[in-house]
Amino acid sequence: MTAVVWQIVQIVLVLATAPLVTGWVRWVKARLNGRRGAPPWQPYRDFYRLLQKEAVVAHSASWIFRAAPYITFASVWLAACIVPTFTTNIFLAPAADLIALVALLAIGRFWTALAGMDVGTAFGGLGASREMMIASLAEPAMLMVTFSLSLVAGTTQPAQIVVFVLGGNVGIEVSLGLALAAMLMVAIAENGRIPIDNPATHLELTMVHEAMVLEYSGRHLAMIEAAQMVRLTLFMALIACLFAPWGMAMPGAGLPGILVGMAAFAAKLFILATALAWFETVIAKMRVFRYSDFLGGALLLGLLATIFLYVSEAV
Amino acid sequence: MLIASALLSLPLLSLFIIAFGRWERAHAVAYAGCFIACVSLFSGGLEHLGGVWGAPNLVLPFGLPWLKAHFRIDNLSALFLLVINFSGAIASAYAIGYSEHLHERRRVTPFYPLFLFGMNTVLVADDAFVFLVAWEFMSLASWLMVLADHEKPDNRRAAAVYLMMAVFGTFCLLPALGLMAGAGGDYTFAAMRLKDLSGVTGFLVVLLTLLGTGSKAGLVPLHVWLPLAHPAAPSHVSALMSGVMTKVALYGLIRILFDLHGDVGWQWGAAMMVVGGITAVMGVLYAVMQDDIKTLLAYSTVENVGVVVIGLGLAIAFKADGENLLAALALVAGLYHIVNHSVFKSLLFLGAGAVITATGKRSISQLGGLLNRLPVTGAAFLVGAAAASSLPPLNGFVSEWLILQTLFKGPGLPHWAMKFGVPVVGALLALAAALAAACFVRAYGIAFLGRPRTDAARQAGEVTFGMRASLVVLAGACVVLGVIPVTVTDALSHVVQPLTGVSFKVSADLGWPWLSPVSSNRGSYSGTVLVMVGLALFGAVILLVHRFGTEAVRRADAWDCGHREDIPQTQYTGPSFAQPIRRVFGGTVFRARESVVMPPPGDDSPARHTVSMIDPVWDGVYGRIGGIVNWAADLVNRLQYLTVRGYLLMMFCTLVFMLLVVAVRQQS
Repeated sequence: MTAVVWQIVQIVLVLATAPLVTGWVRWVKARLNGRRGAPPWQPYRDFYRLLQKEAVVAHSASWIFRAAPYITFASVWLAACIVPTFTTNIFLAPAADLIALVALLAIGRFWTALAGMDVGTAFGGLGASREMMIASLAEPAMLMVTFSLSLVAGTTQPAQIVVFVLGGNVGIEVSLGLALAAMLMVAIAENGRIPIDNPATHLELTMVHEAMVLEYSGRHLAMIEAAQMVRLTLFMALIACLFAPWGMAMPGAGLPGILVGMAAFAAKLFILATALAWFETVIAKMRVFRYSDFLGGALLLGLLATIFLYVSEAV
Repeated sequence: MLIASALLSLPLLSLFIIAFGRWERAHAVAYAGCFIACVSLFSGGLEHLGGVWGAPNLVLPFGLPWLKAHFRIDNLSALFLLVINFSGAIASAYAIGYSEHLHERRRVTPFYPLFLFGMNTVLVADDAFVFLVAWEFMSLASWLMVLADHEKPDNRRAAAVYLMMAVFGTFCLLPALGLMAGAGGDYTFAAMRLKDLSGVTGFLVVLLTLLGTGSKAGLVPLHVWLPLAHPAAPSHVSALMSGVMTKVALYGLIRILFDLHGDVGWQWGAAMMVVGGITAVMGVLYAVMQDDIKTLLAYSTVENVGVVVIGLGLAIAFKADGENLLAALALVAGLYHIVNHSVFKSLLFLGAGAVITATGKRSISQLGGLLNRLPVTGAAFLVGAAAASSLPPLNGFVSEWLILQTLFKGPGLPHWAMKFGVPVVGALLALAAALAAACFVRAYGIAFLGRPRTDAARQAGEVTFGMRASLVVLAGACVVLGVIPVTVTDALSHVVQPLTGVSFKVSADLGWPWLSPVSSNRGSYSGTVLVMVGLALFGAVILLVHRFGTEAVRRADAWDCGHREDIPQTQYTGPSFAQPIRRVFGGTVFRARESVVMPPPGDDSPARHTVSMIDPVWDGVYGRIGGIVNWAADLVNRLQYLTVRGYLLMMFCTLVFMLLVVAVRQQS
């Protein structure tokens, strides 16, 4: 029963914090660039304003264009509900493991790419084509990370991996380091951050995600942006859950444990978001056809992580 | 009895259509007859799978003089009866409306029931003779339908390649079954099961079986006929060839390697996994480059066969090491993917047939915006495309998930080759799945979305009710098979039990809607729960947006960053969508080269962008084989122009050689 309660708390929590995380990243980036920047809670205002605006839909668009934002957002939200954030004791934890999580995120990408092609503009096709190329390398890389984690922990279930790591069953391993590196690279690509994509760019031939959603406005755009924000939070939660689960409440922990878990989660988000803002400030965007080097590297790191398990010693 | 009478009615239908083919309605009657026969066979299979009758035998007194014809239906046959006749029934119902538009239908309809007859008889055969005769029936009937539209040179070439590969397949299967029968010549499967197949004989049996069934199923590098022949036939036949005939080939593989041949070494499992992985990636890489929608689907079949073979290879490796539970799990995963692929590939091919009926075009670059013109076909095709991209909660994902889950247990095997090899195969499988999504986003986005690129696409109209209904039923099956996975796996574990000797349930730990292979701590998935929660969240989103936001919508021209483009040709096309993937993978695999020719200033001729690619399998393997054959033929050809003296000398030398052989043999 508590699992259902904490599940509902998490459903609300990821939705409520996601804009703040994105707003914080933007604010820190602005500060590092020497600008004043909008306050971290600006995304909430933007979201509300977009909801009030009328949605413009192209004549050539089909129902896919109008359905895609909702489906994308709902699928990303669903995925975010499954990753343990402050406790592993959530109802949906067994409903999807890491493989299914990767696939749930693929739903959103599938629909966004289709929506990009739906209006029939050159930009939409461009974005969709590049997005699918990135996904074709990022998704296998993520699965290889899953593979190596499943070999270490004997499970692909995020909640079980937390139990395994917190149980002190694992030392520092080369494999885990490689897997973490691959995971970070995948997270950057999946969220369209620099150096793969620039979330702040417009009217650039280098854009990927923004090119797909160029035609959106009003509440549809609000849904697309919200999906992006939830996805960023989800990946931070996932990295925190798999590689730094400390502080997370285990099943049976009472309210104090949950509060500690929430505080730990907030701290992890704070560190990861700040690190992301710093990283994006110091690095330059890559050329489109260098992506394959970056993501192919992530894929090979994931593969090496599985193989190193057999040839290296844990410390 | 039901199965026997339904089977016998199929050749009769074929005779009927040969007699009355002139009569317009006869084709519809024949297809309706096929539909009824398939439904009967389906229900027969269902009854057997329920375990009502056990595994009944039937021996008929015909065939070779010393051999009676043996038939038997066990759980494996019953499962494949379901797979084949589900798609068969839908394709037949679809063909009632579809064949009206086919001008070559008198060259298709007579062979269609024979094709179904051949495939079904392969499944119920219980001796090598019936098996091979039915196998050839299947090959030749489908070959005749590939050749139906023989005026096109491409189709003639496809038929020639197909015939050659089909002959090669039988040429391999015949000695494989012969070796299993042994010198005693007992051709029944029951006798083969008792044979001890080890050493060279066992090795040859497995190799020949893999070559024989692999050429039919489309394993790289034996796949070359498949993307030529499957698209050449009319769409309802393509659906059966791609969705179902490849499954009959896999049935042959499973029957021989898991049932007849008792112990296959783990090395074979490893080899199958490598071949499967390469097949999956190569198949989808080819698919993502194709412009013809049916060729694209045929290459995607190659990919899925590769995925299934990974599962089967894994099962063999586990079984060889005594890990029977994991072997059963891998086999369930492979069979599940067989079921799923037959459903979604039939859906996609029939959808492609509907597109071709509506527009007359097969090239996706000449389509566009079809979703607005064909709403039902478009929606059904979308379900098929999402299933083929292995997106949850549809069926394609569940089987890929199961295969990956089992694969993750692969490094637990004691062999170092498996510890290092399985992650590589896993990477190939993941790559194939991700590229499949790119492939189907491309196919769907170019053909069904955007603006129409030609008048044919602009004026397309929805197809007949029967065709739409067939598509909707198949799309529904994709959803159902994905949302209630546990019900399916429970039925499948029933099928694999006699093959692996373990009785288990994939849902053992958590109960009904939770799929949890091995144990619930290991990894679990529940499509049912995800769909329910997902729908609830979706509803919540809609509710919130409409509560706090405005519902106003304005229709306007596309913005496109301010570029007003009225010409639909400015949209992305198939080749341009594939360009990034071609650059990443094509450079090494296909040696893709792009060149741009710019006219000098003042010259108003257009600039040209050309892409050149080679087909590594066709040029690398078959080109060389062809070269060797030609070279040998040239050598032999010289013998045709000898003088009389020369011929006499040859005869003399041959005679001396023969006498020497006899002499040497007598000495020893």
